[in-house]
Amino acid sequence: MSGVATMLQDKIMNARMAARAAALIFGAGLALPGLTMVASAAEQEHPPAQSWSFSGPFGRFNTAQLQRGFKIYREVCSNCHSLDRVAFRNLAEHGGLGFSEEQAKTIAAEYKIKDGPNDSGDMFERPGRLSDRFPSPFPNEEAARAANGGAHPPDMSTLAKARTYERGFPQFVFDIFTQYQEQGQDYIHALLGGYEEPPADVKAPKAGLHYNRYFPGHWIGMAKPISDGQVDYPDGTPTTVDQYGKDVAAFLTWAAEPHMMARKHLGAVVIFFLVVFAGLLYAVKKRVWHRWDTEHA
Amino acid sequence: MEATLEATSTHDVHEHGAPDPDRRDFLFLATGAAAAVGAGFLAWPFIAQMNPDASELALSSTEIDLSQVAEGQVITVKWRGKPVFVWNRTKDQIEKAKQVPLGDLVDPMARNENLEPDAPATDANRAAEGKENWLIVVGVCTHLGCVPLANSGDFGGWLCPCHGSHYDAAGRIRRGPAPQNLDIPPYAFESDTKVKIG
Amino acid sequence: MEGHSVYKPKSGVARWFEDRLPIVGLVHSSAIAYPVPRNLNYFWTFGGILSVMLVAQIVTGIVLAMHYVPSADLAFGSVEKIMRDVNYGWLLRYLHANGASMFFIAVYIHIFRGLYYGSYQAPREVIWILGVIILLLMMATAFMGYVLPWGQMSFWGATVITNLFSAIPVVGSSIVTWLWGGFSVGDPTLNRFFALHYLLPFMIAGVVGLHIWALHHVGQNNPTGVDVKDIRKDTVPFSPYATLKDGFALVCFFIMFAWFVFYTPNFLGHADNYTEANPLVTPAHIVPEWYFLPFYAILRAIPSKLGGVLAMFSAIAVLLVLPWLDGSRVRSCNYRPIYRIFLVIFAVDCVMLGWLGSKPPEGWYIPISRLATFWYFFHLLLILPVVSRIETPRPLPASIAESVLKRVKTRPGEPGLAPPAPGAA
Repeated sequence: MSGVATMLQDKIMNARMAARAAALIFGAGLALPGLTMVASAAEQEHPPAQSWSFSGPFGRFNTAQLQRGFKIYREVCSNCHSLDRVAFRNLAEHGGLGFSEEQAKTIAAEYKIKDGPNDSGDMFERPGRLSDRFPSPFPNEEAARAANGGAHPPDMSTLAKARTYERGFPQFVFDIFTQYQEQGQDYIHALLGGYEEPPADVKAPKAGLHYNRYFPGHWIGMAKPISDGQVDYPDGTPTTVDQYGKDVAAFLTWAAEPHMMARKHLGAVVIFFLVVFAGLLYAVKKRVWHRWDTEHA
Repeated sequence: MEATLEATSTHDVHEHGAPDPDRRDFLFLATGAAAAVGAGFLAWPFIAQMNPDASELALSSTEIDLSQVAEGQVITVKWRGKPVFVWNRTKDQIEKAKQVPLGDLVDPMARNENLEPDAPATDANRAAEGKENWLIVVGVCTHLGCVPLANSGDFGGWLCPCHGSHYDAAGRIRRGPAPQNLDIPPYAFESDTKVKIG
Repeated sequence: MEGHSVYKPKSGVARWFEDRLPIVGLVHSSAIAYPVPRNLNYFWTFGGILSVMLVAQIVTGIVLAMHYVPSADLAFGSVEKIMRDVNYGWLLRYLHANGASMFFIAVYIHIFRGLYYGSYQAPREVIWILGVIILLLMMATAFMGYVLPWGQMSFWGATVITNLFSAIPVVGSSIVTWLWGGFSVGDPTLNRFFALHYLLPFMIAGVVGLHIWALHHVGQNNPTGVDVKDIRKDTVPFSPYATLKDGFALVCFFIMFAWFVFYTPNFLGHADNYTEANPLVTPAHIVPEWYFLPFYAILRAIPSKLGGVLAMFSAIAVLLVLPWLDGSRVRSCNYRPIYRIFLVIFAVDCVMLGWLGSKPPEGWYIPISRLATFWYFFHLLLILPVVSRIETPRPLPASIAESVLKRVKTRPGEPGLAPPAPGAA
């Protein structure tokens, strides 16, 4: 018997054993993180999953949708929510809202930015420039709380990544392969449309709270922020809360992950390269080992 | 690895009939090439991350109000983290700068980003177009990056305290180790009293 | 260990240099001629994968440190700046964050490979102990690294874990204050964690050096657990055989790594960490990163503060004496049918602990956690010592080469077999 057969047998056995153990250990390793998200959502209703243009390995932002979402942010959300990490220049960046630099400059100039101190030591206001970031509606957190009945409207720059809900076993394992990661977007969409009358036997824990089906614990400080027809869409898209929720969640996804399209694009290239390279390496390895085995059988 | 291949090639002949050196060589070559290409592309993000980031690139312009700069006065403003000198030159200083023959200059190039790169270093090419009293230069000595002192030196312009480079009233290097005239940044007058640098 | 060949400098310059610093010879003997058992399976590639992951974490970490600001006011913003503005910053950060998880996936497989094949037994006890030290250093590094983005989970994770030390009688609270450099987790804490997070990987690299040195001194274990008897017959030279095999496994591992980095980069993290740290608001549930969950479950399973902390540290400390708990003459579980079953149960128990670590400590989770914690120690402290001493192992092959040949004899008839080459050893 030659060493070829030896190695083949060896490989088959090793592979079986490796597969068994790897499935066990690796599966366990992966099983855990998904579970960690679980706990915080004990009493939270699952938001219904929406279809997002940017999900999956070839997902792309829909420029028109991002611009609509941005319009909602400007006209509605920005009254209370800041967008601290996003700059006007980002509006004209590739893979995002698709504005030209001129359009972005025009938008920036519509905002008043506090600058200074000037030569006499005073702060002053000037029109925004591309390098400026979106100004906050409140000068500080305390002012924001004072104006909102003690609740702090969270900054929206990373909001789409900072919200989630329990996926549960075994769904979270499948999520690795389906790449489902739009918990935050589904939640934001569901929350905007989730305002309803509380059940008859449920009382608000304190005044000024609003009942929302999807908010963990149901009682949220934010009053119903948007209603049908509130924001005008010149492109004829339906002006419903459902559509508003989708558009603003898409915009916030971009705000939280402005390089998402570049990331997914590069990912396809890298994984294609690695698969080809692995194939080549395997062929070389097989050939080199084969030679040793035939020599040392 | 090559040595192993050489030593075993006879076995290949025995066991598989005709040897197939071309395919083997191609496989090894392709794998090696793939590894090299992969390593090269992998290195790029690690190199590129040291370049100025997007927020740095966006901070490219500074606006200056010139109404407060008296005749003969030099002010220093910051642009991209560097000092920029804005000099409201007197008639006398302009005349002096204009009279310098191009042959006397160490660096005959204007070094003016608002002009063609081969423009000669005449005073007209150094000063602001149509506003010859204004001289706007990057305040960084072209020798090793120190900030020269205004209204000093033997040529009525700047003197770099680090290694003794003398610049004239048009910011041109006249004596000392610096190889080039002071750079002139891109700028545009938005009105008679307002200039935007960058 | 004696290798397959010896480096002989060819040119005069090489000879001159080798006489003064025999580094080329060292590299040759440890990375080229070093004999590797020919029957290693793919579980043995994880050592190489881990070395590469360590280097990858150090390299991505150093470039991230060029942009990161260790200040309570600026840390979160600086990470967001890396994600948004720095060229390829998003890639470098996702590589580093997911790289930590990949590192732990690989290290846990590596540890269980050692447990299954008895790689901790004589004469490899020191390799094993050095490995446990590396694991501890990795945990410290990962924990402090997770604090740096200064998100909600960073801050509260740091608060909870540093508070573990308050369980120490008498001096506990002074120690915690000392760790914090203040009266809560704050700027001084963040600064020192950053300094230590930068330092510890280099200490890991040092211990890894010792780990590999000790390994190359005694030689590798193998799936049969039988010692190498004839280097010519039982082993192959490290290069190109092991390097190619390791390389192939590494690239396969990178495919998985790339999947996470490019397609689900936040799957292994916590959504809460995209909210900036707020010392006044604790998230609903504090959960550590997945790789700490089994230990976290042990911590919570014990109903006393000090007891929980002691149990958690003991869970790792007990591994240090593992080589002496195992009394078997045979290393590999392939030849230990009874203990093998217990080891599988132990692995399931560890996974269970991980799952429990992610659950809130309430209801049925509490008794199950206690049972799983009990089993963890029961296995290591009682089952292993007893079963290993009373079990009759299956007969071992006489040599690695024979184990390889025997398998062929019992299952002949593979298609395409070539007759042995004439004159082959």
